[in-house]
Amino acid sequence: MAVTGIILVLFLVAHMLGNLKIFTGETSFDHYAHWLREIGTPLLPSTWYLWIQRAVLTVAVLAHIASATVLAVRARAARPVAYAHRRKIHVNYAARTMRWGGVIILLFVIYHILDLTSGHLNPQGDPANPYGNVVADFAPERWYVTLFYTLALVTLGFHLRHGAFSAFRSLGQQTPAGERRARAAALVFAVVLVGGYLVVPFAVLTGLVA
Amino acid sequence: MNLTLRIWRQRGPQDKGRMVTYPIQDVSPDMSFLEMLDVLNERLILSGEEPVAFDHDCREGICGMCSLMINGEAHGPQRGTTACQLHMRQFSDGDTIDIEPWRARAFPVVKDLVVNRNAFDKIIAAGGYITAPTGSAPEAHSVPVAKNNADAAFESAACIGCGACVAACPNGSGMLFTAAKITQLSLLPQGQPERYTRVIGMVDAHDEAGFGGCTNIGECAAACPKGIPLNTIGRLNRDYLKATAKRAGTPGS
Repeated sequence: MAVTGIILVLFLVAHMLGNLKIFTGETSFDHYAHWLREIGTPLLPSTWYLWIQRAVLTVAVLAHIASATVLAVRARAARPVAYAHRRKIHVNYAARTMRWGGVIILLFVIYHILDLTSGHLNPQGDPANPYGNVVADFAPERWYVTLFYTLALVTLGFHLRHGAFSAFRSLGQQTPAGERRARAAALVFAVVLVGGYLVVPFAVLTGLVA
Repeated sequence: MNLTLRIWRQRGPQDKGRMVTYPIQDVSPDMSFLEMLDVLNERLILSGEEPVAFDHDCREGICGMCSLMINGEAHGPQRGTTACQLHMRQFSDGDTIDIEPWRARAFPVVKDLVVNRNAFDKIIAAGGYITAPTGSAPEAHSVPVAKNNADAAFESAACIGCGACVAACPNGSGMLFTAAKITQLSLLPQGQPERYTRVIGMVDAHDEAGFGGCTNIGECAAACPKGIPLNTIGRLNRDYLKATAKRAGTPGS
């Protein structure tokens, strides 16, 4: 879980920083999107790097889901008879919503790829003009798209808050002071990342990016 | 105080079991939770019914026998307290209290609220010991131990093996118990020779017993009556990673 999670988190950071290029204007953003297809050239043929990255991410996502499934199946088997009295949540809510939160994030990622990568669900869907696709996608009259993105990203934030701490712990974080630091770092990271993602749709919604 | 108790009744391991409601009157707020159950049992015996079976021994919070899930919380609502040290003043007149056994595949119900915690013994048998002959108490300064290591080891040694961690864990994992023993022994010089075979043996025994996997949620540490901290699991993880890198094999090798 920790190792595949870290691969996915690294991608999330790069993706978020790339998204922020939208504030540098249409030409710059479209040039960035085009550059992504040219990374590694001329050593690699055009778009090869992108496909290698997509393959790595797909493997990481599948391995992440596979480990989560193993843990969920074990957890179910470990308690064949449920408690009659439903238990209260004592500790953080994020940790208790990892599994269903993960499912929501997976569904969101599928929608997101069909929306802004392949363009099938995008109102414009022009592969040559990603800037225009983003602006068309989060237009004020499509407020429900922005709402859905916001909910999915908040879910991602919860997932990262526990996931990042849990990765530290799984990889051997062992002192009480380190635990406080790891929890704080995970919270700050989750908030910054979700904030970094959300500024784009909200900038389009409020007309800052048009 | 007048209370309504809903108690899990199960005649034996094969019985399906069910919650049965018992009204109980004139409970003193100064009674311990187990004394309240004693009073209920006296009344059940007088009326010719089968008393409720529950585990208990020292009744002073150090033996780890009591194992009651009270209103969905291991050892009841008071933190850092075993069910035997919980007092009825924690409840109010007219309350309905649900009492269930620990729920885990590795802890099969023997009868009513009594579960078999033999799985913990199997984990200990797989490495929760030292092979050095200990004999009588040695001179305290003959083997120096750093103060912070001694404190952390002592904190983990406070585990009474009650199983509240398993009962509270949404995954049914016994990792806090396993980690408490690993931490205690891996922080002390006497535990070093078997440090890396121990962690592999105990984690394997934990998994074989049918406990779930740890996902670092922390319900265990919140429920633990002895305050075993969650970071012990990090110590276990680090020892486990080192042990697998060293390919140290199983205990005794």
